[in-house]
Amino acid sequence: MISIKHQVIKVGIGDLKTVTAPSRISTAGLGSCVAVILYHPSLKTAGLIHIMLPDSSLSRTQSYNPGKFADTGIKELIERLGFPPSRLRAKIAGGAQMFQYESFEDTMRIGPRNIDAVRIQLQLFQIPITGEDVGGCSGRTIEFDPSSCKLYIRTIKVGESII
Amino acid sequence: MIYKNNITPALFDQLTEAGNIGAGNAATSLSAILGKKIEMKVPSVKMVSFDEMIDLAGGPEKEVAGIFLRIDGEIKGSMFFILSLPQAEACVRLMTDNPSFSIYTTPLSKIGFSALQEIGNILSGSYLSAFSDFTGISLFPTVPSLCIDMAGAIISQGLFEVSQAGDQAIVIDTVLSSIGKKEILSIEAQFFVLPDPDSYDRLFESLREIQ
Repeated sequence: MISIKHQVIKVGIGDLKTVTAPSRISTAGLGSCVAVILYHPSLKTAGLIHIMLPDSSLSRTQSYNPGKFADTGIKELIERLGFPPSRLRAKIAGGAQMFQYESFEDTMRIGPRNIDAVRIQLQLFQIPITGEDVGGCSGRTIEFDPSSCKLYIRTIKVGESII
Repeated sequence: MIYKNNITPALFDQLTEAGNIGAGNAATSLSAILGKKIEMKVPSVKMVSFDEMIDLAGGPEKEVAGIFLRIDGEIKGSMFFILSLPQAEACVRLMTDNPSFSIYTTPLSKIGFSALQEIGNILSGSYLSAFSDFTGISLFPTVPSLCIDMAGAIISQGLFEVSQAGDQAIVIDTVLSSIGKKEILSIEAQFFVLPDPDSYDRLFESLREIQ
């Protein structure tokens, strides 16, 4: 599935980066984290954030990596791309619940909370979600191709899909 | 981050020693369960970024069996016990005396699931009781939970607490392995202990007292 013809920009956990075709952008091993891809369909430019937590109000430090949180990450990515939000489209993936266990409730619910937070932020900027693969209980590795605007998703249990 | 300045190399050494004693006890338990000699490498205590933490477990996409539990008591934290799939399979085969057990069947058989969960239970219990005796901090494990998937997806779930307090975590990393000749069923397992940042003060205070 994943072509090695083009350069692939890798985004780490809690990080954000941008890319222009023909390069692609990817992030690996998404669990409860949510990846948001914002792209400009005709200018073939995209950015990816690997969000760990729903809201920057959870941060106990003054300075932090904006990509870690849904609210600060999406805002920062829009600024980095430099296009009006109305031109952007979004694809999202991740937010799984890896462990089924009730006693660490807060920790376990983090996937669904991340998904909700991402939807709220995207709605705030009125960026439509054109594709999503969220929830479930599988880890995901994803790769976005800005020239076709396709998102390739790989899981161990379910296999590969394209949205 | 406050803890960066307060932690002296001597305290890191103390923490390594606590990890050493915990893992030593866990190695003894593992050896009793599997009926094999188990040795451990000296643990390393590191301050790592989240990406580095996942790399310690083999990289974000590596398929592993991960047993995760929370540490509760006077200090809180997360604990992981990570096995590669062939090694998880070998463990279950030894425990259940079933040489045809396969870890690659989906869904995983109930017996395989509970055997691995039980290993997590016993090892974390013995690790933490020794850790607790050494540091004088009372702590206990919650019921472990098993997941077979990508290492990145498994470990990031345990970063929930630390990620709120900064971009780095203190991790006690230990490797246990079976010794002897090149055996078919060689075991190598990895332990991660990640104290919650809120517990750093209490943890290092106790370590200072025993210095």
